[in-house]
Amino acid sequence: MVKFSEEQLTEFNRLVARYPEGKQKSALLPVLHLAQDSFGGWLSSETMDYVAELLQITPIEVYEVATFYSMYNTKPVGKYMFEVCQTGPCMLRGSDDIIAYIEKTLGIQPGQTTADGLFTLKTVECLGACGYAPMMQLGKHYREHLTKEKVDAIIDECKKNAGVLN
Amino acid sequence: MSVKLLLAKAHVEGIRGFDVYRREGGYQSVEKALKQMNPESIVEEVKKSGLRGRGGAGFPAGMKWSFIAKPEGVPRHLVCNADESEPGTFKDRYLMEFIPHLLIEGLIVSSFALGSNDTYIYIRGEYAWIVDILEDAINEAKANGFLGKNILGTGFDCEIHVQRGAGAYICGEETALIESLEGKRGNPRIKPPFPAIQGVWQRPTVVNNVETLAAVVPIINMGGEEYAKIGVGKSTGTKLISACGNINKPGVYEIDMTISVEDFIYSDEYCGGIANGKKLKACIPGGSSVPILPANLLLKTAKGETRYMNYESLSDGGFASGSMMGSGGFIVLDEDQCIVRNTLSLARFYRHESCGQCSPCREGTGWMEKILHNIEYGKGKISDIDLLWDIQRKIEGNTICPLGDAAAWPVAAAIRHFRDEFEWHVNNPLEAQEKNYGLAHYADPIHVPVTA
Repeated sequence: MVKFSEEQLTEFNRLVARYPEGKQKSALLPVLHLAQDSFGGWLSSETMDYVAELLQITPIEVYEVATFYSMYNTKPVGKYMFEVCQTGPCMLRGSDDIIAYIEKTLGIQPGQTTADGLFTLKTVECLGACGYAPMMQLGKHYREHLTKEKVDAIIDECKKNAGVLN
Repeated sequence: MSVKLLLAKAHVEGIRGFDVYRREGGYQSVEKALKQMNPESIVEEVKKSGLRGRGGAGFPAGMKWSFIAKPEGVPRHLVCNADESEPGTFKDRYLMEFIPHLLIEGLIVSSFALGSNDTYIYIRGEYAWIVDILEDAINEAKANGFLGKNILGTGFDCEIHVQRGAGAYICGEETALIESLEGKRGNPRIKPPFPAIQGVWQRPTVVNNVETLAAVVPIINMGGEEYAKIGVGKSTGTKLISACGNINKPGVYEIDMTISVEDFIYSDEYCGGIANGKKLKACIPGGSSVPILPANLLLKTAKGETRYMNYESLSDGGFASGSMMGSGGFIVLDEDQCIVRNTLSLARFYRHESCGQCSPCREGTGWMEKILHNIEYGKGKISDIDLLWDIQRKIEGNTICPLGDAAAWPVAAAIRHFRDEFEWHVNNPLEAQEKNYGLAHYADPIHVPVTA
């Protein structure tokens, strides 16, 4: 069963306290981020119903938001998600080649996850790193000035962190 | 070297922390504003400064502030728009990441001027690590008496909260941002009522861009009149430009808006010229939504005059031969770039980011992407070019918010200035898969009609 830990509940309460009395729905976006981070990197309908219950709103109010914003995953994703920018300024600096290289190296297309559940490739639109292109988001941080060599190094780094490569 | 008002101290070691920022003269504007001025006189100084909104629209900031309604007993809110999502734009990120206290300082003064006791920074969800930087800065400011209850003993209370978005370009539009801040989908609202009357939670609200609010700090420190002396005409003060694309030195530059476009691209102080010894083909000077210009019309106006990096000069000639300052996202394309492919990439962006409320934008952005895809991949017809023109005309001006216009303008400008490149794609479908149209005549001098 989906349930926040004590620590996560403390964070939930901090988020809700930022808004006026009765306007707790305003905390929905930050709370969905918290839920996604806490429950495996995606939002199941069970998770969304739990968030609705916590915020005292109807489940549909959560579903419509979760499906509107591109950062919420409504399907399971890999442990590491490569979110590679493909918009104009990144394209001018070779993002198409980087995406093709990741597809080839990991053997997956955008939107797919590797069979071992380790990597998901997602193409995204402008992340505000145009001057440092090509780039991807990996977790909380950006990886910029990407080259094929850097992509290899990032893949190795992830495998090491996951304990599948020593 | 132009005057630097925002980033002058951005590289002082440790400036991200309160102590160094304070030692370097930080938070003086808060002391001056809260102790020596009143809200009305702060608004007056901002009006005098001529500061224009730095998010893209360029609306006078002081005037926007003066519209805020002040009904008895109803709280008002200032919301900082840090949703920076316009392709080519990464200036606010730079400011927040390297000198976060400048934004917090500007927010405190602006909150006092507008009477906001709870101020929100709405930041795009992807800038996750910057949320921590801002929250650290807020906590430090609070620990030093610049935020919280009874700031500096003046009786003014203010809290700043950081709200993360979750990936939606549309939330940079102020009413969509407000909807999102209320925990809803980012669907823009029909105006009126304007946010100044009914904004977040139906309360009077002002939404300003990060750079706009940071600029309030030098305006209060030096006075609005002094600030207005920097720059030229109605382009007062300094502007952050984020330069990217095929240049030697991509990055964020603070300019005083008197520099020519040519100097900005080729001088070593700024972009350092086109990368790999290539030639300049085209440029989108103010973020992906503004019209793209071929090299010749970028460097000189249709009248043959030098074009400068400011609001008036960049828009000289209107959409027929000019562009816009926009958000300051300066995207440079070299001779190897394909205008059709670039336009397709931007069309895909707007299709992805359309919120879906208005039919012309929801349907039109998808049609434009499909047609451009056909042309790019050798399946286009000559009539497709006219069809594209027709679709963009029918989107522009027919939607609740400016995303429709923002989607239409890049397509319109690409056809207006590069029609022969589109035709070449259609007429040479196989060749167009192998090579690019190249620089062609896009950098040739423009014939200037002589008037008696």
